[in-house]
Amino acid sequence: MDTLKLRARGITKTFHSGRQALETLASIDLTVEAGEFVTVIGPSGCGKSTLFNIVAGIETPGAGTIAIDGVVESERAGKAGYMPQKPLLLPWKTVEENVILGLDVRHVPRKQALAGARELLKRFGLLEFAPHYPATLSGGMSQRVALLRTVLFNPGFLLLDEPFGALDALTRLSCQMWLLDVWQEFRASVLFITHDVREAILLSNRIYVLSARPARVLRVVEARLPYPRQPQQLASPEASQLESELMSLLLKEQQL
Amino acid sequence: MKLRKLANYGPALVLILALLALWQLYVQAGQVSPLFLPAPTAIVAALAHNWPIIYDNTLQTLLETVLGILLATLFGLAMAILLDVSSWMRRAIYPLLVISQTIPMIALAPLLLIWIGPDIRSKLIVVIIYCFFPIAVACADGLASVEPELINLLRSMRATRWQILWMVRLPAALPSFFSGLRIAATYSVVGAIFGEYVGAEKGLGIYMQRATNSFAIAQVFAAIVVTAVLSLLLFGLVSLIERIALPWYHGATYRRA
Ligand SMILES: Nc1ncnc2c1ncn2[C@@H]1O[C@H](COP(=O)(O)OP(=O)(O)OP(=O)(O)O)[C@@H](O)[C@H]1O
Ligand SMILES: [Mg+2]
Repeated sequence: MDTLKLRARGITKTFHSGRQALETLASIDLTVEAGEFVTVIGPSGCGKSTLFNIVAGIETPGAGTIAIDGVVESERAGKAGYMPQKPLLLPWKTVEENVILGLDVRHVPRKQALAGARELLKRFGLLEFAPHYPATLSGGMSQRVALLRTVLFNPGFLLLDEPFGALDALTRLSCQMWLLDVWQEFRASVLFITHDVREAILLSNRIYVLSARPARVLRVVEARLPYPRQPQQLASPEASQLESELMSLLLKEQQL
Repeated sequence: MKLRKLANYGPALVLILALLALWQLYVQAGQVSPLFLPAPTAIVAALAHNWPIIYDNTLQTLLETVLGILLATLFGLAMAILLDVSSWMRRAIYPLLVISQTIPMIALAPLLLIWIGPDIRSKLIVVIIYCFFPIAVACADGLASVEPELINLLRSMRATRWQILWMVRLPAALPSFFSGLRIAATYSVVGAIFGEYVGAEKGLGIYMQRATNSFAIAQVFAAIVVTAVLSLLLFGLVSLIERIALPWYHGATYRRA
């Protein structure tokens, strides 16, 4: 038995459409320790989201095993909080009702679920938006609400697929700091996808660099910046060195 | 606010009044016999004079319309969900639905009368055939338009197929459903009247038919006016229900506690 939150071994995936086969993942090994923040970066279209969907139990891998909390199960859905790139808030539900979506699926009594949602919204500074419809929220606010929906569903293990990819730089930065706050609060294990090298360095304990499709793990690096993390740390020599290293790695892949 | 809403209808109102005035003048100028084409004032007089009878017939038509549209909604929704079950079902059922819309009502309505009799049931069937189609098609489109990422999100939460349908896809299809229902509401009155026209004990359709046969053209027009008002009211009612049911779709920013 291990104490790993996630252990993925030899994950492959090939998509078939008609007679064409698209090899997307070529044997990925990946682990997330309990409480660890692990980031996956890789060139566009290399198969990051596919890997996530497999971990989340939405897709089945061609080969390989996925163990969550040491348990290998093919019916994995529900064992992780999954957040796609778009916030996907339901326009007919208020913010607080959106936050309890996962609990609704689990048939948690509504009163209890709403109480939990309000507490969470309050702790992370969104309580005033609780009765609002999502159409009124800014992009950054929508992503925060979507993240709290994910956290309320499963605070232990978060799968975040480029959650801040569509935000402007300033909003993105404040969302990143906010995410670190959430992560610390729940001692969550996080698997995070991004294109953005600086984002990866600022947030993670460990970074997996994937190759172009079919994706393999090119490198695993530790980001040893001290906590609590601050944006200024990106200017440190250590961070700059890591950044240029990862950048050149990715640039080589992008050209392929 | 209310005044501004009313002002929206201003141009339509002006146009209608102008047309009515033209009509009135045309008839009064003796261009046409008032027996063939009664003036608007004569129609209003006929309406007032025959009001108790027209009112009685209107109630019957209204009953058929409302019952018919409720049944058509149930049937249309069921069809939309069936179409949605699998692409095989869709390919099997869709052509049948389209064919049902090509049936000439003028041929079918008398047959229904023979098969079922002149009571309300034959009228309900006509209304349902007229009305379920826009509801079913709009609803099926709405169900199919939900983002696949959203479905995946629910699947990651281990939602069942029915939970996804109930919690996400049906609510997402509601705006389309109401568009279909509005179209159906305007069809429904015409459908009921057509059903009555070929044979009924009571209703605006049979009233019109009798009035036509006895050459009481002002009374025919009076019934037409009532029909139009009825259709508009139904249309307005559906719009009102939609506004209440979908506040988020009509620009509400938050829900009152
Ligand atoms: N369901 C599917 N059927 C067929 N091909 C697919 C499917 N899902 C993804 N693909 C293909 O697999 C490849 C990897 O897609 P994926 O979305 O995992 O990449 P990604 O690394 O997340 O890209 P991005 O950085 O743009 O988000 C792409 O070429 C995509 O077209
Ligand atoms: Mg992706």
